[in-house]
Amino acid sequence: MSLIDLANPTRFLALTARVLPWLAAATVILLTIGLYQSALAPDDYQQGATVKIMFIHVPNAWLSMFVWGVMSIASLGTLVWRHPLADVAAKAAAPIGASFTFLALLTGSLWGRPMWGTYWEWDARLTSVLILFLMYLGLMALWRAVDDPSRAARAAAVLTLVGAINLPIIKFSVDWWNTLHQPASVMRMGGSSLDKSFLIPLLLMAIAFTLLFVTLHLAAMRNEILRRRVRSLQMMQASRVAFSSAGSREGSASNEVGAA
Amino acid sequence: MMSLGPYASFIVTSYAAAALVVVILIGWIVLDYRNQTRRLRELDRSGVTRRSGRSAMDAP
Repeated sequence: MSLIDLANPTRFLALTARVLPWLAAATVILLTIGLYQSALAPDDYQQGATVKIMFIHVPNAWLSMFVWGVMSIASLGTLVWRHPLADVAAKAAAPIGASFTFLALLTGSLWGRPMWGTYWEWDARLTSVLILFLMYLGLMALWRAVDDPSRAARAAAVLTLVGAINLPIIKFSVDWWNTLHQPASVMRMGGSSLDKSFLIPLLLMAIAFTLLFVTLHLAAMRNEILRRRVRSLQMMQASRVAFSSAGSREGSASNEVGAA
Repeated sequence: MMSLGPYASFIVTSYAAAALVVVILIGWIVLDYRNQTRRLRELDRSGVTRRSGRSAMDAP
């Protein structure tokens, strides 16, 4: 099945029906292994057991940016290629991305209190991620505010692409500004600075959360396709009712003319 | 028993919050799916079909 075939929502629904159970099972298995490995990871020599928050915080932080990246590609699909599923993908990803961003902020805050002595600091990394969260909420509000999905899609696509400017700002904020947040320790020049005992559970959790996103995203896309199908059928039903009532009015009017 | 030290409450709250948010997300998606399929079934029963003539509930 090629990408062009997937442009057909009906084929996409058939594919998700086949793939979703396998993806869900793989997510559960990887998440179980990842959590087990996280529990077994040793305490950090400085942070103690609070390092375990990293295994939940970092995957959510990665996904907060990854999901916006997926939405940006989908937005290009809407504006440039007019792919029928592009805006479905973008709309379905927004609440999931917002949830991951919320978790990144919350777990970061819970990690920051014992390590930095504060839940929150208005530094570049934390503030730029908060802006990302607010942009997710804004995008969700925009989708709800405009009734016609195709009109909402174009406005949301432009907003998403403008918001993508925030992604490199988040990534490099720790290098460009003096922040409380530590610099990159996994994806950096010269390789990861993390010990294997932390890196392996972290990567496992990151893959598990990415699979979780793919599973939830496909399921949410399926729901969005069904929602649009319901909407078009309801509009069809409403136009039939309007047409038949107009027809019966015309019929009774001609009867009255005839009687006169 | 795993020892989480003096900051156990922060660690447990982080994992519990993540679990709660993921469960809410899954629940919302499952309920939304049930809601949409129920509405499609109702439309199907009332005789409203897609232009292709297929039932609204049809896969390919």
